[in-house]
Amino acid sequence: MMKIRHHFDDATLIAYSSGSLPQGMAVLVGSHLHWCEECRERASQADRIGGELLEAIEPVAMEPDALASIMAMLDEPEPKLRSLSTERLDSARTGLPLPLASMLGKPLDQLEWRRIGYGVQQYDLKLEGPGATRLLRIAPGVSVPHHTHRGNELTLILRGSYSDELGRFCVGDVADVDTEVKHQPIVDTDEECICLIATDAPLKFTGLMGRLAQPFIGL
Amino acid sequence: MQEDDSEGKNVTAAADLTRDRQKRERETWTKVLASLAETRDKRLFAELFGHFGPRIKAYIIRLGLPAASAEEVTQEAMLSVWRKAHMFNASKASASTWIYTLARNLCIDRMRKEKAVEYELPEDEVDPSPRHDGEHAILEQRMKTALGTLPEAQAQVLFLSYYEGKSHSEIAEQLGIPLGSVKSRLRLAFDKLKTHWEAQ
Repeated sequence: MMKIRHHFDDATLIAYSSGSLPQGMAVLVGSHLHWCEECRERASQADRIGGELLEAIEPVAMEPDALASIMAMLDEPEPKLRSLSTERLDSARTGLPLPLASMLGKPLDQLEWRRIGYGVQQYDLKLEGPGATRLLRIAPGVSVPHHTHRGNELTLILRGSYSDELGRFCVGDVADVDTEVKHQPIVDTDEECICLIATDAPLKFTGLMGRLAQPFIGL
Repeated sequence: MQEDDSEGKNVTAAADLTRDRQKRERETWTKVLASLAETRDKRLFAELFGHFGPRIKAYIIRLGLPAASAEEVTQEAMLSVWRKAHMFNASKASASTWIYTLARNLCIDRMRKEKAVEYELPEDEVDPSPRHDGEHAILEQRMKTALGTLPEAQAQVLFLSYYEGKSHSEIAEQLGIPLGSVKSRLRLAFDKLKTHWEAQ
């Protein structure tokens, strides 16, 4: 059983619960929640805010035939969607949390990774919306250039571990950082590190190496 | 002096009564949903529809879908209330919280689909977001719950998140405050609500 040490900021869980995260960040948060009971509990409290606000809202009348038409639909057979059990199987087979497993559809090692620098490969999930969502695969001992952020950056560790100014991050852990934080993660064991990174704005690299790396990495 | 005091007490007592009534109502809807799960009684469903339908529709309109789409998504949401009622666990969530999450998820899916179409259209640069002046005061009257006790600045960031689906950066821009302040207001609000709920 994994021991999760790094969790989401409450503000992030509120953004998730209110449906205001870009898709990639929402998949990342959902994936951590799949693994982390503590964050699940806090997320359900954030949902409770939504429930209370739903009760408090000024109602808008439905169309006059709305009740009749929905009552007529109750006995219709349910449309067959891709079943949850298939998705569970994907998740179990790939060892990935369910929301990510169903989005990728295959195990990490079968993705078409693209080399973007020394010891670094990436897989871009190509989702709509601001910011970017990608998987990074970083070789042992390699570090990602020093960078700060214009917006928020979420990272979920899927394999291996890394260390930076904020601490050590292992499988299941999340790093939840924003403009205030400047960091330089380095893979700290002899195992490669694979993480999912989602942002809501482009990163800013700092220092000469960072500025040189930016066009290549395109993070 | 004496009189002022008793008036103050009366106001507090009235607020307590409203709060109790609203709490009872929430519990009632939770019971209705729980017994729908057991009995599959369509009359119970019609009651839930009458209460939650217009609220879900209002919520979805505020998130930015046109009324016609909001009507459809509300129907979808209520249909999944019917189909998923057996998964509802009254010890984990109230009916309003559970229904909120169903509606939110369907609304996000729909917005993503409509967005995909929108990208191909020329953009009208009109800010459709309604103003929030006075919203807090209205809410305070309407709901004597934990949310009504929050300072205006904290309630405002919750409204912008939940009612308009605005991201932290968008809220920061709209209010002209740093991103960090948006997050700290959200954290403070959340802490206060949790404390309030635990005391209940």
